[in-house]
Amino acid sequence: MSRKSSPIFDWTPDQPVLQCEGLCISYFTRAGEIPAVLDFDLTVMQGQSVGLVGESGCGKSTVAMGIMRYMGRNGGIVGGRILYKGRDMASLSDEELRQLRGSEIAMIYQEPMASLNPSMTLGRQLMEVPLNHEAGISEKEAYERAVQMLADVKLPDPERVMRAYPHQISGGQQQRVVIAMALLSQPSLLLLDEPTTALDVTVEAGIVELIGEIAERFNTSMIYISHNLGLILETCDRINVMYSGVVVEEGEIAEVFDRMRHPYTRGLFNCIPLPGADKTARPLLPIPGQLPLPHERPTGCYFGPRCEFFAAGRCDAGPIEMEVIPDQPGHRTRCLRWNEIDWATRSKGKDAGEEVEAGDVVLRIDGLRKYYEVRDSSIAAMISGKRLRHVKANERISFDAREGQTVAIVGESGCGKSTFAKVLMGLETATEGEIVFRNQDLADKPIQKRTPQEIASMQMVFQNPFDTLNPSHTIGAQLGRVIKKFGVEKNPEKVRQRVLELLDLVKLPREFARRRPRQLSGGQKQRVGIARAFAGNPQMVVADEPVSALDVSVAAAVTSLLTDIQRTYRTTLLFISHDLSLVRYLADRVVVMYLGNIAEQGSTDEVFSPPYHPYTEALLSAVPIADTSIEKKRIILEGSLPSVLNPPKGCPFNTRCHRKIGRICETEVPPLLQDGPGHVIACHIPLDELRAMDPVIAEKQSAAE
Amino acid sequence: MLIFIGKRLVYMLLTMLVVSLILFLVMEINGESVARRVLGPFTSGEQIQAWLAANGYLRPWYVRYVEWLGNILTGDFGQSIRFRTPVADVLWPRLGNTAILAGVTFAIMVPLALTLGVLAGMREGSKTDRTITVTSVVTTSIPEFASAVLLTVLFSTWLGWLPGTSAMSDGWNSLELILPVMVLVLYGFGYIARMTRASMAEVMQQLYIRTAVLKGLPYRTIILRHALRNAMIAPFTVIMLQINWLLSGVIVVEVAFAYKGFGSLILEAALNQDVYLIEAATMVAVFVAVSTQVLADVGYTLLNPRIRFK
Amino acid sequence: MSQQIDAKAIAPPGPLRSLARTLFGGLALLRESPVGMVGFGLVLFWALVAIFAPLISPLSPTAQIQPFAAPGTEAPGGEVLWLGADQLGRDILSRIIYGSRTVLFYAPIATFCAYFVGCIFGLLAGYLGGWVDDLLNRVADIILAFPVLVLYVVIIVLIGPSGLNIVLAVTFASAPGIMRIVRGLTLDLRNRDYIAAAQTSGASLPWILFVEILPNARGPLIVDACLRMGYVIITIGVLGFLGLGLPPPTPDWGSMVADTRSMITFAPWMALFPAIAISSLVLGFNLLADGIREISLRD
Repeated sequence: MSRKSSPIFDWTPDQPVLQCEGLCISYFTRAGEIPAVLDFDLTVMQGQSVGLVGESGCGKSTVAMGIMRYMGRNGGIVGGRILYKGRDMASLSDEELRQLRGSEIAMIYQEPMASLNPSMTLGRQLMEVPLNHEAGISEKEAYERAVQMLADVKLPDPERVMRAYPHQISGGQQQRVVIAMALLSQPSLLLLDEPTTALDVTVEAGIVELIGEIAERFNTSMIYISHNLGLILETCDRINVMYSGVVVEEGEIAEVFDRMRHPYTRGLFNCIPLPGADKTARPLLPIPGQLPLPHERPTGCYFGPRCEFFAAGRCDAGPIEMEVIPDQPGHRTRCLRWNEIDWATRSKGKDAGEEVEAGDVVLRIDGLRKYYEVRDSSIAAMISGKRLRHVKANERISFDAREGQTVAIVGESGCGKSTFAKVLMGLETATEGEIVFRNQDLADKPIQKRTPQEIASMQMVFQNPFDTLNPSHTIGAQLGRVIKKFGVEKNPEKVRQRVLELLDLVKLPREFARRRPRQLSGGQKQRVGIARAFAGNPQMVVADEPVSALDVSVAAAVTSLLTDIQRTYRTTLLFISHDLSLVRYLADRVVVMYLGNIAEQGSTDEVFSPPYHPYTEALLSAVPIADTSIEKKRIILEGSLPSVLNPPKGCPFNTRCHRKIGRICETEVPPLLQDGPGHVIACHIPLDELRAMDPVIAEKQSAAE
Repeated sequence: MLIFIGKRLVYMLLTMLVVSLILFLVMEINGESVARRVLGPFTSGEQIQAWLAANGYLRPWYVRYVEWLGNILTGDFGQSIRFRTPVADVLWPRLGNTAILAGVTFAIMVPLALTLGVLAGMREGSKTDRTITVTSVVTTSIPEFASAVLLTVLFSTWLGWLPGTSAMSDGWNSLELILPVMVLVLYGFGYIARMTRASMAEVMQQLYIRTAVLKGLPYRTIILRHALRNAMIAPFTVIMLQINWLLSGVIVVEVAFAYKGFGSLILEAALNQDVYLIEAATMVAVFVAVSTQVLADVGYTLLNPRIRFK
Repeated sequence: MSQQIDAKAIAPPGPLRSLARTLFGGLALLRESPVGMVGFGLVLFWALVAIFAPLISPLSPTAQIQPFAAPGTEAPGGEVLWLGADQLGRDILSRIIYGSRTVLFYAPIATFCAYFVGCIFGLLAGYLGGWVDDLLNRVADIILAFPVLVLYVVIIVLIGPSGLNIVLAVTFASAPGIMRIVRGLTLDLRNRDYIAAAQTSGASLPWILFVEILPNARGPLIVDACLRMGYVIITIGVLGFLGLGLPPPTPDWGSMVADTRSMITFAPWMALFPAIAISSLVLGFNLLADGIREISLRD
């Protein structure tokens, strides 16, 4: 029999598993000491899940690394202590710490592919855990335990996975392996650092469900780190909100969500497109200002400079302590004025805007197909003679967009939305079909053949703010270049004037024209990207996931900017995203894509309520919503996305569809059902049945107090 | 996998073919200049014409090329102008000598460089790392002919421990091999060490090493089982390509120490305009170079699971 | 907020200003790496020696004064032969000083030409892909199939040794390697969003290659350029050593070693000093490259 070798703990289940008291972590660089986490308190009991929420730079990941005591060469704990099962972790020897890691406290990482050794079989990586932590265990036993655990995390064909290398399985499966690896020695505490951020939404839902089951089954305590409030709502019992290295509010989850008592927490909620938000009536309210730099924190409350309730003389006097809110056990806030603020009134911010009337049709896509040729050089292909294969990136795409409208294209990876954007912009040419823009068919006009006017009138905003600008040139030079290219101005003086005007448009200081991209933050770079797109007064702008790489509050500000500009210029916005909450907030019409085909399209209201395409239904149920009054139907899709080289015959969704009706789904392409003018669903299920579906997202029936 | 190897081999043959064609055209397209080289600069026009006719040089170049290629492939390299014997008689023994020199060099250089590289990469930024890096930079800054002079002065002239030349005039003397090997190792280990260091340092930064640490694995296991198998992939290619480098470096060393090897043969052939010897030696050198490239490619594919298993 | 910024104020600086700013900025950065500073010092030292050769050199490099004079001997004319004299009586110090001119004239030119060719083809191959990439790769493979020195030997023997031919030979032999490096960098950079932005704004091919892509590859290329300079200097030295370098009486460190090494046993200084000279210059470039690499990683 094997015995787990671990340090001695004098602990009973009524005591906390983990306790952080006044923890302070700093990094030491050439520039000096930079505090990353300050005065951090946390208590986790057995079986409890605590969420750590915040934006980038708030210190949440640093806390996790601190608990594991793995802060790299230049990080260190400079104050407070961490008690694990009653023992101060600083008192552990190196050997005891090594025994602790992986067997008492285990971690699940953000990027599963990078966290697995690419040159070692998964089986070996799994088996290492019990082999190194349990004395007396044999290889055979370790193997069997690993196989069993893979089955527990719902991986099909565990034996095959044991022999495989990480790159041979999908992202979702990799994360399941990482979870299995973490659980193999039955840890008491699980640290999850953004475990689903790198995964598709429908895959994410499966992982979240798995984690929940595990927590129940093994009674493991969890610390769940995320920036996604909806996710925390679904998985945790308690929540800690962090800002600039400190916890600003903590408490039971329903408490904090419904009765928040810190201006930052409220600011965060105002930035999230909840189902109740509406871009004209109740727009998102970005938090003004910027995150303070770690070495330039203001005196007093760190959030003070950005807070609408800031009281000079009080809020900037000295360090703010956590205050307990009476009547609410465990609910604390780091706000001096929590008792004075009227939490019921809505925050000051933008007034409701005017509704934009959609105009004439500006873009018409008809029967668009984009196939890529792929040379197959495997032996099988050579024998059968079929060397040339086709990746059907876009298949039968048809829809329109009107002036001033926002059309969202929604889908997960591999659905073909990026390819579609490329074809539209002229970076690729269509294989078949029509793209009529301003009465010109652009389908086989690559960018080289388009006139400057055509180019200027359809521009793109890109996803990754860090790559969207050329690092070697100044902002002014890049904007000026585009202005000249589009033929807007020729005279150098006038060009420079226009550059400054564009910077005004995106609310950036004029002196940024002299700066280089590395001196700007992600949000600022994205604003420049928007300025660049609007330089030629375009009729249509394609925005490819413009805010998914940005923090919540920054994303809100950029989204807000985009809608303002659009409203002023009546530009048509083609918005590509996987974030359904944002889509519901922004879009007038929605096109849902799966594996290159359109599954459903219609107005936002039509798509977000029954009848649904089964994929839309699953997608809607997978998106976490940070609203306690909403009840969501739970639909988990089996399997993973089929390979684009080998798409399923018939309906592309049939391999994972939870409403599959039978053989017909596998053999025949689904017909286009018309539910109303403009609302089309591609499905074999009869329309009446679809109309009878329950809504996925609904208000909770039980009345709140 | 087999297809990949097959494709590489075919590509290699094609490359060799093109090289041989270029070489042939450059050296022998002008039959008269060949004749002059063979017969000497003072030959008359008639003697040249006679020689050309007797040796088949009046035929079209593509016919001559095919015949030449056939000869090369069967090992008939023609007659050396300088040595007045069949080229093959001079070439193979000299190649053998160089092979010995190269073999001993590699046997010392590779383990040394890999060990130093791994140590430096493991402790990036430490004193060990800085020392090894700076040493590597310094040793690769001293050209082989310079270090040959420096080491000869040190070990032969001043200390008298080692012979100053390696002509092996009294039969095989292993002592005479020491200085040439030392020069080659001194210059060559630095590059391999630095590439290994870079590879190791990069691997140590990877997230999967963090995973291994946080899994509670002992340090030894992490280095030996997790880090090395990823860090050694790139250096393998580098080592293979160093064989290519060696073919160049060997020329200088052999000339400096009067070692009768393949490198000094090429130089002698070039200086003496010995056409057939140049052609044969070049073809052999190219063959070795291209083979090592193919081996490097194939090896890299085999070592890297991401490419090997699709 | 005052929006009084003059449009003129944001005008981009002219090319000369930019160059000056890059160089001085670079120098300031270099201060952070002691290794880089030493390297830069060595290179600067030899560069100054080369530029001011006629002023510094005590004697003429070709005047035959006193054969086999040991270092420090006083010549009949009163001048001191600090590093001794060679077998023909020429002052070694003066020959080394003038030898730096030869090396520091041809090496930069050869390196620059190689880079010019290598960059153009590397950018084209990496950006265009397809048959252009295949063709260029095949040509590079053919050239790289020859071991480098064998290639040099064959080329020089065929076209004869001269300065121009050495430059041509070096360009020909180095360009494929540079092309590979630039191609690799281009392949990585061409998928960035700002390249797509340039494409969708209608930028032309030369613009994208030379203004959008190339400046962002400058980090690794600068490091490689320093290393390559060192390597080209070694090559010039080796060619001189093998008798394929510049014809006499041009003072060439490599041939200085070749001519005198048979006499090491009784007059080691004749070969030693040129050997040390060339090593120190190459060391300078290598240390400089290392320093630059260190700094760029620290950013």
